Amino acid sequence: MTYIDVTLNGKKISVPNSSKLFELTKYTEIDAETSNTDIVYVLNGYNADKNSELSENDSIVILKKGEMPDQTELEYMLTARNLPGIYEKIKNSCIGIAGLGGLGSNIALSLARIGIGKLIIADFDVVEPTNLNRQQYFINQLGKPKTAALKELISNANPYVTVIEHNTMLNPENCLSIFKDCDVICEAFDNPESKAWFAESILCNLSDTTLISSSGMAGLGSSNEILTKKISKRFYICGDLKSDAKELGGLMSPRVSICAGHQANIALEIIVNRNK
Amino acid sequence: MAIINGKNIENANGMSVSDYLDSLNYNSQRIAVELNGNILPKKNFKDTIISEADKIEIVAFVGGG
Repeated sequence: MTYIDVTLNGKKISVPNSSKLFELTKYTEIDAETSNTDIVYVLNGYNADKNSELSENDSIVILKKGEMPDQTELEYMLTARNLPGIYEKIKNSCIGIAGLGGLGSNIALSLARIGIGKLIIADFDVVEPTNLNRQQYFINQLGKPKTAALKELISNANPYVTVIEHNTMLNPENCLSIFKDCDVICEAFDNPESKAWFAESILCNLSDTTLISSSGMAGLGSSNEILTKKISKRFYICGDLKSDAKELGGLMSPRVSICAGHQANIALEIIVNRNK
Repeated sequence: MAIINGKNIENANGMSVSDYLDSLNYNSQRIAVELNGNILPKKNFKDTIISEADKIEIVAFVGGG
């Protein structure tokens, strides 16, 4: 009999050639009597309901609905719906997030959920009630430093992400040592002067890092005006480039989250396309 | 003719970056300037003269985050 290698719940196993997806349940702890409707099958990033024949190097997750997998399987399962083939690049990457407000808290959780290896997060502030209309924090975190509060949320979403926290006010000097190991840095400040000095400091001094700045996500305005613009090889900016928070007097979750989504998505794209 | 933010600008040639920014009422504390693909530090705005072949991107930041 010939065999093929597949990955089941994070472990490499050899199964007979022409094995079918549902047959692999016998390699798990799931009781053989369990109905298929109580089992989740994920084949190469896609929820599968057909008993397909398996091929070499297929990546498979099989779990019983509502049951907690063991620790070794959990990390693998958390990112099983990610695009196949990018795990190593994501796991080996380091992304910095400067400012943990509406943009930063959303960017961090979005990247944590896909299993980014390391996040370096920095903010000097504590969680306030006025933050909660757009920031990812919760009532029971009021008064906590944003760094600690966000670290807590990240570990609840994906405990396998390494989080380095800096509970400090960033400036043009300390930002260089804090973010020097990052592949990509997302600037998520509120203040336009800070956005400007940060861009200058990072781009002049950290020559291996790509910066994703933000500008313009306040008020109502169209979702579709928020863009990702490439300024140069190592410099991107996300936002509508015009909606000023002070002028418009409001920053709200839907539009801020769209901009954060742009920043997280271009960060992911840069990581995945690196050294291609 | 220098290309500034994607447009051919006729009257910028020979001006310093800081004079050009002032002429358009940019707040220099809220911008980042790229000159031919590299960031131009603020301290060099005064002494950098815009020439024919330059490609400049002025990124103006607004508040909110």
